Amino acid sequence: MARLSAAIRTIAGVLAFCCVMAFAAPAPTLAQDNPNASAVKEQQLLNQLKVIQGRGTIPDAKSYVLEHPAGRDWRYFHTVTLKWIGGVSILGMLALLILFYLWRGRIPIEEGRSGRKITRFTGFERFVHWLTASTFVILGITGLNITFGRALILPWLGPNAFSAWSEWAKYSHNYLSFAFTLGVVLMFLMWIGQNFPTAADVEWLKRGGGMFTKKHGGHPPAYKFNAGQKLLYWFVVLGGGAMMVTGYVLMFPFYGGLTVGNMELAEIFHGIVGVVFVAMILAHIYIGTLGMEGAFESMGEGTVDVNWAKEHHPLWVDEALAEQRDPKGPGLVTSTPAE
Amino acid sequence: MARMKFLCDADRCIECNACVTACKNEHEIPWGINRRRVVTLNDGKPGERSVSMACMHCTDAPCAAVCPVNCFYTTADAVVLHSKDLCIGCGYCFYACPFGAPQYPKVGNFGSRGKMDKCTFCAGGPEADGSKEEYEKYGANRLAEGKLPLCAEMCSTKSLLAGDGDVIAQIYKERVSRRGYGSGAWGWQTAYHETIAT
Repeated sequence: MARLSAAIRTIAGVLAFCCVMAFAAPAPTLAQDNPNASAVKEQQLLNQLKVIQGRGTIPDAKSYVLEHPAGRDWRYFHTVTLKWIGGVSILGMLALLILFYLWRGRIPIEEGRSGRKITRFTGFERFVHWLTASTFVILGITGLNITFGRALILPWLGPNAFSAWSEWAKYSHNYLSFAFTLGVVLMFLMWIGQNFPTAADVEWLKRGGGMFTKKHGGHPPAYKFNAGQKLLYWFVVLGGGAMMVTGYVLMFPFYGGLTVGNMELAEIFHGIVGVVFVAMILAHIYIGTLGMEGAFESMGEGTVDVNWAKEHHPLWVDEALAEQRDPKGPGLVTSTPAE
Repeated sequence: MARMKFLCDADRCIECNACVTACKNEHEIPWGINRRRVVTLNDGKPGERSVSMACMHCTDAPCAAVCPVNCFYTTADAVVLHSKDLCIGCGYCFYACPFGAPQYPKVGNFGSRGKMDKCTFCAGGPEADGSKEEYEKYGANRLAEGKLPLCAEMCSTKSLLAGDGDVIAQIYKERVSRRGYGSGAWGWQTAYHETIAT
């Protein structure tokens, strides 16, 4: 009897266990069938995060990024967008300058040269200008080489010579950036006092700087710097500042936890500001040399003809002459002795 | 000629890093350069997966597109290689690469990164196949010897597949249909603009 009841108990127990298992089993079986149910999905991660990042076992933290398809967008920018922006702004500016020259010709000193000179830029000012200018020309050419060299120079220089030139160009670009930085910082400090906007600038801008009229006396008055020069000054200071920040980011890549996305952004800013900078400086070079009689000597020798100064910067001449009459002031105006 | 591809079956990868070690040893890669690496996603959580990643030898490779000196070329096997003689170490290929494949021997102070180094699909470089110069610059040229990349050959679970893209896709498809699941061919959409339907 006891044996029978024990047997019944065992059977009942097995039955009950089977019943429980029958109800409980399906859930774990399903999970085992698809161990991928909770697995990370590539497309899902890309859609959510744009970048797939995990954990790695090597010291290089950049290597923990598994996938970063945004490199494709940057590629498009670098190979297409930047070339268009650069081509349009630089060639467009050259075309405008040529058209302007054909229409306006060289802007003359209307009254002719007086033979009297007035000091416009001191030796230090000219040193800072030419430090910035000479390094800018090299930085501009070597920078454009990175974007346009492959299409324009590589075909006729050949791969080996082009690589050798590009490597030297890269080193010049990197190392001369320090001299350029120094130039821009000095320029910022040296000329900031004369570059705040004044009422005369509004008038100057309204009349387009007198550039678009051929009639005599069309020049709006200006202090030491006219509105166009002030705009250029602020572009050089702010644009140059942006070039420095993004340039040093590119020169010291990934420092301070910068990601590949940050690096791409730095290159985008550096590229756009760079080509616009080149276009602006082309106009600056034109008006300072070929485009205007008597302009280059201000940075060349430091002095300008008084008639040139009176036509372009009469308010500055008044200031300078007032200082001249001040016995303590520096002697700015000198006469060429009669021969 | 075959179109060579890599495929990492993430459901099989056990993050043993044998592929990384095999690569380093085969090509005598210096410290600090990792042509191949294993990245673990969702580490320690349900659904954790590890993926072995190197240069995927992309179709229409972004590195080649942005290189300012055009030092990349694609072989008849669709392997993306580059010339270290032409490379100027600008670092742009790393910005364009979706897989973080390009490596540089120097940290990058003042732009001196040195010549870029990356996975060659064990296919060497532009020098003569199997030459000493080729080995010193790019490592072994196993493809020229009729062998496939060592990382995949050494993979302990056969998670990492390397070879003719159609063949490895077929192997992966059969695996997926047999076991009933598969998390897909990681990176294929990005690298080859196609994926394996599972």
